[in-house]
Amino acid sequence: MVARSNVADVDRSRYDFVKSEATSERLSAGLTPEIIREISARKDEPEWMLDLRLKCLDIYHRTPVPNWGPALDGLDIENIVTYVKPEGEQKSDWESVPEDIKDTFDRLGIPQAERAYLAGVGAQYDSELVYHNIQDSVADQGIVYSGIEEAMKNGWEGVIHDHFMKLVPPTDHKFAALHGAVWSGGSFVYVPAGVKLDFPLQSYFRLNAKGAGQFEHTLIIVEDGAELHFIEGCSAPKYNVANLHAGCVELFVGNDAKLRYSTIENWSKNMYNLNTKRATVGARGSIEWVSGSFGSHVGCLYPMSILAGKESTSEFTGITFAGTGQDLDTGCKVVCAAPDTKAVVNTKSISKGGGVSTFRSSVAVTPAAENASVAVSCASLMLDDESRSDTIPAMDIRNQNVSVGHEASIGRIGNDLMFYLMSRGIPEGEASTMVVNGFANPVSKELPLEYAVEMNNLIKLEMEGAIG
Amino acid sequence: MPNALLATKGLTIAADDVPLLHDIDLTIESGTTHVLMGPNGAGKSTLGHALMGDPEYTATAGSIVFDGQDITEFSPDKRSTAGLFMSFQAPVEVPGVPLFTFLRAIVAQRPDLKLRGPKLKKRILEIMAQLDMDPSYLDRELNVGFSGGEKKKVEMLQLLLLQPKLAILDETDSGLDVDALDTVSRAIRIYQDEMQGTLLMITHNTRILEHLDVDQVHVLVRGRLVDAGCASLINEINDHGFERYVGQAGSGAASVAAAKAKAEAKAAAVKQETHFDVAAAIENMEAALEAADEQAGE
Repeated sequence: MVARSNVADVDRSRYDFVKSEATSERLSAGLTPEIIREISARKDEPEWMLDLRLKCLDIYHRTPVPNWGPALDGLDIENIVTYVKPEGEQKSDWESVPEDIKDTFDRLGIPQAERAYLAGVGAQYDSELVYHNIQDSVADQGIVYSGIEEAMKNGWEGVIHDHFMKLVPPTDHKFAALHGAVWSGGSFVYVPAGVKLDFPLQSYFRLNAKGAGQFEHTLIIVEDGAELHFIEGCSAPKYNVANLHAGCVELFVGNDAKLRYSTIENWSKNMYNLNTKRATVGARGSIEWVSGSFGSHVGCLYPMSILAGKESTSEFTGITFAGTGQDLDTGCKVVCAAPDTKAVVNTKSISKGGGVSTFRSSVAVTPAAENASVAVSCASLMLDDESRSDTIPAMDIRNQNVSVGHEASIGRIGNDLMFYLMSRGIPEGEASTMVVNGFANPVSKELPLEYAVEMNNLIKLEMEGAIG
Repeated sequence: MPNALLATKGLTIAADDVPLLHDIDLTIESGTTHVLMGPNGAGKSTLGHALMGDPEYTATAGSIVFDGQDITEFSPDKRSTAGLFMSFQAPVEVPGVPLFTFLRAIVAQRPDLKLRGPKLKKRILEIMAQLDMDPSYLDRELNVGFSGGEKKKVEMLQLLLLQPKLAILDETDSGLDVDALDTVSRAIRIYQDEMQGTLLMITHNTRILEHLDVDQVHVLVRGRLVDAGCASLINEINDHGFERYVGQAGSGAASVAAAKAKAEAKAAAVKQETHFDVAAAIENMEAALEAADEQAGE
């Protein structure tokens, strides 16, 4: 009889839950079509872009927050509009910039004028000239390098229309939809067929372009037989009061074309970095990703390569350093969708001071990918007992005639190694920094010299616990 | 003794509370060459590591005085900058750190060497030439993929670069082919003659000693110093081995190797509580216990 009485007790909380969800939906409607229209109107956009934004907004409202990966509890999802304030309303001044960030500027030797910009206080710095010089010199080769809004008004609207959010559809995930609705700023690069640029383009030079920041969109088209190296960001911490970054990068690599995309991400440590990056590669083309993740409170970053043309290749080299208070979930995705495609994934992760670093990869090989080969290797280094390191590799292989390999290692700095270095006079802190720099070396080697130097400096700062 | 560079008094060394070395009194005068001999598992390397400050070992009694300072509690880096050096029996691989970067880092701790900028490179190349080393080694990752002989040459390179007051050479001669042995011997002679170096050579192979002037020989058996004498003791031991010392070392005392294995087993058991990979820890512990049993059975 007791049992029956239990059955009769319906768990009311289930219904309460549904009710509260309905309430939250109304609250999140704080991001309204009116706000989107306002953003679009300020940019004086074509009708199709406004329509796309509104469609994205609708998808955003209908899509749930991802239920996997790091907790996003600290994000005020219900009040998402606070992250999307129109330009100029951000109230911030130099005094309110956290001390650790100012300290890092000092130690990395960032010029005073640039600090103000990086600190998010809205000041402009004088890289405008450098930017324009680069623009002029690449223009001679027929390369277009500009802000995406600028390109839209300068005859590239059709091309942008045909590519914008085609690789990363708004249905991808909630934050891709949010990006589509509120995106602002970013870079547009077009390299015509056969043109090979022999120096890297750096988005650093146009950081001060209007609206570049939290929801920037990067669209790069490298036509058949062309080559480009693009470097995103810089290693100084970029500070934003509103702490959500949901950028989007779409890379179109043609047949026989080559693109190398390098990033050192070092957002300030209050940031939720939910960035989406994707490349599609034509026959015999190649995409190379070099990715360093140092900043952010929570990061979810998995650059994806779609090897659509036969014999196309992808190489991903990544390093992630999660210190105190950081939960960095990084990795990459690869889809081999054509015969003789080849992907190599090489990552390193370091966790320290209670930091959590997770390597997450997804490899898919379609039935069409006859004779494809994929090699995934990830190595993790945990610097103490409170830190955490996980590896989550997923593989979906639909062709028998392929070669797929995965290797993972998780380790600590051995006592014998520390003793050896210290017995030659190197103090403990320097010795462990040396080991970590050595561990990161395969990634630094892939970076242009000045970035490699900055990355080593960053590791040094992290090891000293000076920031974050 | 006025010229004592190193003096240990009643030094007792333990690992994880298991005593390994007992009541060591060792005095080494500046400019002399000492040899530490003993059967396998006697604790020779343990003594070398303990003198260098290996955190695996703790001094539970006694003291180490080096160059007028009590260094018993010094960390390895402080001992190094005080002028102590140990050449490792098995030098450790350091992935991603080129040899030159490493050498620059260790010299940076020794401003007294006055090797700045181009002077450093010049000095390194000079020593490399003396040791028949190809300069291309400077770009290679420290000890990674190096042969046994190459690793020992890198140790000798550091010895001659740092010019320590006292160098402990832990089985520097073991496992070397004739050419490498020749190079290492040459390095040791340069250190003795040109730098008036002081040496404590740990070995159980006397071939390397044939061309060196030895001032004193110490015999370590089962964690105790049981004899000392002049160079002629080497020949005596070559002829008769260590049998006659075994009784002296105290019957019933476990060999240092067995005690060490026990300590490792204990450490593995402790680690098991905190280590994320419990299975591996248990495996370690079992292996260590097995090794301990084997040693005890010998």
